[in-house]
Amino acid sequence: MDAQTIIARRVAKELRPGNLVNLGIGIPTLVANYVPAELKVFFQSENGLIGTGPIPEQGMTHPLLTDAGGKPISALPGAAIFDSAMSFGLIRGGHVDITVLGGLQVDAAGHLANWMIPGKMVPGMGGAMDLVSGAKRVIVAMQHAAKGKSKIVARCNLPLTSARAVDLVVTDLAVIAFPGGNATLLETAPGLTVAEVLAVTDAELTIPDAVPEMIL
Amino acid sequence: MKAVSAEEAVAMIPNNARVMVGGFMGVGTPERLLDELVRQNKSGLVLISNDAATPGKGVGKLFEGSHVSSMIGTHIGLNPKAQQQMLGKQITVDLIPQGTFVERIRAGGCGLGGVLTPTGVGTLVEEGKQKIEVNGKPYLLETALRADFALVHAFLADYAGNLSYALTARNFNPVMAMAADTVIVTAEHIVPVGVIAPDHVITPGPLVDYLVANG
Repeated sequence: MDAQTIIARRVAKELRPGNLVNLGIGIPTLVANYVPAELKVFFQSENGLIGTGPIPEQGMTHPLLTDAGGKPISALPGAAIFDSAMSFGLIRGGHVDITVLGGLQVDAAGHLANWMIPGKMVPGMGGAMDLVSGAKRVIVAMQHAAKGKSKIVARCNLPLTSARAVDLVVTDLAVIAFPGGNATLLETAPGLTVAEVLAVTDAELTIPDAVPEMIL
Repeated sequence: MKAVSAEEAVAMIPNNARVMVGGFMGVGTPERLLDELVRQNKSGLVLISNDAATPGKGVGKLFEGSHVSSMIGTHIGLNPKAQQQMLGKQITVDLIPQGTFVERIRAGGCGLGGVLTPTGVGTLVEEGKQKIEVNGKPYLLETALRADFALVHAFLADYAGNLSYALTARNFNPVMAMAADTVIVTAEHIVPVGVIAPDHVITPGPLVDYLVANG
């Protein structure tokens, strides 16, 4: 299983029946592929839709129905459309149960940096800051390391997305939570030992007595 | 509400005007007005738009040449030309959180001085802003945002200027239609009064100053 699939499958296990969920672009988008239909999860697209469905077949797209990246999507039965003020009211107002975002860094206290690399990449924060401020539960879905460098760091040196700590980080190697503000290793990827995860993690992790492998 | 051609509508917009444009990644954007802004070679525009779309699409068209002096938005990552103009200091770009962006415009359209939002507290976004505690929780004071012109794209417009929108093309359009001195609208279909049931009107006709004729 490749890294992205491990992450997407593991995040999908966090979704509960009836949840209203916002998926960011990149790896988070893949999560929808692993959510069983009987779970009846509602996906929100920040550009004004609850009830996003899969990419339509060729010839079945509509130019006025797109995701937050401007790509064609479908709307499921029961979908609802609203303007951007309502969309961000839902986000900031605590009506979104789970937001899944990509990340550049997460630090030992659970702070997320995911919107700019000063001097290099300044695309803008889009909806990320509102999502992290307002969603009931914030899950970061990202690779454990980039270019050989751990993305789980002692302290973020990139600009923060929010002062609020995230709830869970799911990487291709580990699941990490932040009880009491301390990064804690909850699970390792199948076939990995705790020591192997610690060897490629910059932040200090609290290790509970039992650290099971992810069930995917 | 007055019916005009796209050419007449854009001729009303002077250089250096503050212009709000509806749309999200070019979806729900009044494309004909943007084509006309380029054709009439407007310059120095202060663009207020969620994103810079992509080159050649939506407000992205304004970055093909030199039409914009500054932009207030939330994300320009998918338009390399807008990024180049920003990094080359040809334009200044004020990037703000999307929820804050839309609430500032909503405030501007609703007679509010601004809004208090928790978004951005403890980040670069709070720099230079007043922080206000309400019931022990910190918020940023984000001031109202208005424009000289709002360029809005609807799905249906009736002869009285009532508007309805389609699918994800609604986005910022109804909010911006409240927040500018002059509101100019294009619509996919212009229909007789009554086709849009009163319950289905999203933007009431009196908000619309000019409706651009189709055809």
